[in-house]
Amino acid sequence: MAEAPSLPAGRAIRLRIDSDGWIKRAFMGVIALYLMVALALPLYAMLSKSFVTYSFDLARYEFQVSDESGTVWGEPVSAAALNAQLGKFSDADLASSTDGRLSVTDFFPDFSFRSPVKYRIRGVADNAPYLVGLDLRNSTEWQEFDSNTFRRINLRPVASTGLQNYTEYFSNPVLFSSIENSLYIATISTVLTVIFAFGFAYAINRSCMPFKGAFRLIAMMPILVPSLLPGIALIYMFGNQGFLKGILFGQSIYGPLGIVIGSVFFTFPHALIIISTALSISDQRQYEAAESLRASKWRTFWTVTIPGARYGLISAAFVTFTLVITDFGLPKVIGGQYNVLAIDIYKQVIGQQNFEMGAVVSVVLLIPAIVAFVVDRQVQKKQVSLLSARSVPYEPKPNRRFDMAMLAWCAAMGVFIAGIIGVCQFAALINYWPYDLSFSLRNYDFNKMDGGGWGAYWNSLELAALTAVIGTAIIFTGAYMVEKIDGFKTGRAVFQFLAMLPMAIPGMVLGLAYIFFFNNPANPLNGIYGTMAILVVSTVTHFYTVGHLTALTALKQIDAEFEPVAASLRQPFWRLFARVTVPVCLPAILDISIYMFVNAMTTVSAVVFLYSTHTALASVAVLNMDDAGDIAPAAAMGMMIFYTNATARVLHAFASRSILRRTQAWRVR
Amino acid sequence: MTNSKTLALGAFALALSTTALWAETELTVYTAVEAEDLERYAATFNEDHPDIKINWVRDSTGVITAKLLAEKNNPQADVIWGLAATSLLVLKTEGMLEPYAPAGLDAMDPKFRDSDNPPSWVGMDAWVAAICYNTVEGEKLGLSAPTSWADLTKPEYAGHVVMPNPASSGTGFLDVSSWLQMMGEEGGWAYMDSLHNNIAAYTHSGSKPCKMAAAGETVMGVSFAFRGAKEKTNGAPVEIIIPEEGIGWDMEATAIVAGTANEEAAKTLVDWSVTPKAMEMYNVGYAVVGIPGIAKPVEHFPANIPEKMINNDFEWAANNRAAILEEWSKRYDSKSEPKG
Repeated sequence: MAEAPSLPAGRAIRLRIDSDGWIKRAFMGVIALYLMVALALPLYAMLSKSFVTYSFDLARYEFQVSDESGTVWGEPVSAAALNAQLGKFSDADLASSTDGRLSVTDFFPDFSFRSPVKYRIRGVADNAPYLVGLDLRNSTEWQEFDSNTFRRINLRPVASTGLQNYTEYFSNPVLFSSIENSLYIATISTVLTVIFAFGFAYAINRSCMPFKGAFRLIAMMPILVPSLLPGIALIYMFGNQGFLKGILFGQSIYGPLGIVIGSVFFTFPHALIIISTALSISDQRQYEAAESLRASKWRTFWTVTIPGARYGLISAAFVTFTLVITDFGLPKVIGGQYNVLAIDIYKQVIGQQNFEMGAVVSVVLLIPAIVAFVVDRQVQKKQVSLLSARSVPYEPKPNRRFDMAMLAWCAAMGVFIAGIIGVCQFAALINYWPYDLSFSLRNYDFNKMDGGGWGAYWNSLELAALTAVIGTAIIFTGAYMVEKIDGFKTGRAVFQFLAMLPMAIPGMVLGLAYIFFFNNPANPLNGIYGTMAILVVSTVTHFYTVGHLTALTALKQIDAEFEPVAASLRQPFWRLFARVTVPVCLPAILDISIYMFVNAMTTVSAVVFLYSTHTALASVAVLNMDDAGDIAPAAAMGMMIFYTNATARVLHAFASRSILRRTQAWRVR
Repeated sequence: MTNSKTLALGAFALALSTTALWAETELTVYTAVEAEDLERYAATFNEDHPDIKINWVRDSTGVITAKLLAEKNNPQADVIWGLAATSLLVLKTEGMLEPYAPAGLDAMDPKFRDSDNPPSWVGMDAWVAAICYNTVEGEKLGLSAPTSWADLTKPEYAGHVVMPNPASSGTGFLDVSSWLQMMGEEGGWAYMDSLHNNIAAYTHSGSKPCKMAAAGETVMGVSFAFRGAKEKTNGAPVEIIIPEEGIGWDMEATAIVAGTANEEAAKTLVDWSVTPKAMEMYNVGYAVVGIPGIAKPVEHFPANIPEKMINNDFEWAANNRAAILEEWSKRYDSKSEPKG
């Protein structure tokens, strides 16, 4: 092969980074560091926790046995040697959990607690824990016991690393069945939600039915309440004392049925937003073409409408699936004995203090969430713009029968959503369901109940406000730096990855990871554990991605020429940022902050492991009050969250309108 | 004029801050005592010790225990006041408690203290298992009230019994461990096998079965007497039934967390927690307290509770807890579908 002629290598062209460039890199670095500390390191801590296993290490203990007189001692012999001799325990038998016990008398087949024989035990390694009764000992000195005390000695397991927790998890049919249950619930809920939301979105975008504005408002209501609130409403409607119990024909609402109905309720607005966006972008010309080709309505629907909206549908399906499979509140309230993954984490950690197994279930829960996330990202990449400059927006034509059918569909959904909220309000005001139906405000006397009282409500407000302000500042600055920086491809790619990651991390997993990471005395950030700060950090991180994407979308609308122009006018970037970028992006900034506020008010999953008594939260109080059986006060607190979020939304709408009028006048000619 | 005013104000502020400095030792106290009682407990304690301020950290038994274990290497609590003894035993085996013999220990019922000397924990009051039975719903279904644990397995109760899940509730574990102690290993599991057929749901919280019975969501709930009495006071049509075979119990207890920086104040609190005055304070909600002879009957509490309390072997329960829960989960947790 002939050598290809080549030009002499010139000096590589390098982009010179000016001081602005360095400052931007520094900012991006700081926010990337934040994401590392608030996300990557805790997840790593959790992952390593899942590999911490406990087993009895028999080589660490030695025994000595006396004769009948209790004075002449035999040779010291290790527990491992005794076990080998007896063949009593296999390696699998010696695997244990943090709370494991192994009775030492198992090594002495002819042991009798009445005999005058005495026993000695010592550790031969530094860490050889054992219990005398319930007293923890850990010593390399010989300790002497009579037979009657010796039977009360138990060895304790020691920590090591390995895959043991995982093999145990997958060989436990109960835990394993939760995977199946979670997938089953999530799949059914997803199919139903996408169908319902599609019909609703179709009615709003493609029909001339009346009351569109009202329906839009009603459809967004579930976003304003914690996901477990529909569970409470369903108990009042279909529980054993429910006023609509009859229509279930003896089916119990506790279990998959309740979880699915509740899931459809709380995921509906999320799916609706995505599908509605997909349906709103369509080209009238395609429909005209279909009509002129004499395609039936039905055929047009399947060949034009559905393909046009398919990316939105897929995206909605994955978002719904992830929301359902990672939700913890609803199965907790109405799941009955139906085990799902999120509940297993709670049971392992809270019920059995088995943090290692909790970490294992968390890792398992991460898998479907990450798969859904990756597939969704791939689908998003394939999406090409349907709108070109020549497109003609679709204008629905009035069609009485079709419009009425659509109205009926939306009305049904509207009744379902408003009905659930209404039942909660009713529940909150009833004195003592079902025996005393008079109205009272007794259930709002939160200080008399578990869960933190009115203080929890004020804490929630504080958390929501802090999250909205701090979170928006961090997210928007991060998005700006990553979008408007020159060069530095690798750094930007890493940052993008970190910013997208929170979407794939279930809240419970994040919360548990925070315990492992922050509650470690060796961690310099240990001080924030148990404070409001850790709640703010976890909430900002948990909801980072959507805010980041919103900010990016807004920033991409700003012409890239602004930066070079500002640079050529020798204006520092921060002046451009403050004078142009922020005002132009204000609508997006307001959207991010209301999103953070509302979610901080309703979130349960991440914070349920992190709150302390001084930082009890309203959303967790709903959970805890329900857990203690105070269902009506739980509904009352849920309604407080609803009012707060609704008020915030209204204020947001007013603020946006007046700010828009002042800063966005340039958008209209 | 202005100057002297500022001066006076400054002196006043200084005086305020110094008294605050002198007067207050703050104790972080972890507890699972009912939320409605916390304020009363702190106020009564402050009558005698106004210089110690209690910062409560309250949650359910499981959560508080998990929290303490999670903080094992970096304890945040000074004192634990009002946590199940079973949980304190778990903490003791982890070496997390500071043994201390409070003044007045001798007056206490020996059942109400750690048997080691000095004890790692001292009891406050007993917290006994009971069945809450909804008379209105029972009548609607033509059922009669149970009088024993054995009655709960009667076929006509199928689907009408709710009990707490021992894996997530301290009350649930208390029930299971008492059945195993009363009926023996084999008999206990056989009993739970037949009881399982009647169970409508296993709840995560120990008070929930009683509240469900009070609200008519179920006819009878296996719970504890304290909860039943409260619900009855609130106007619920429930009866509190003490099964005739005997009842499992646990106690709320107090302990000092090893490594506390406020050891003196912590000891003061533990000393106070076993005074007759404190016992009278517990007696408002609990019928059996740590010093014999003090308790007065509590409204809606059955009178025969003390004689029905079994001789609970806490050490056995603590050492076998992991094995019992594993066996329980294997047998009953796989019941994935709730019954109608």
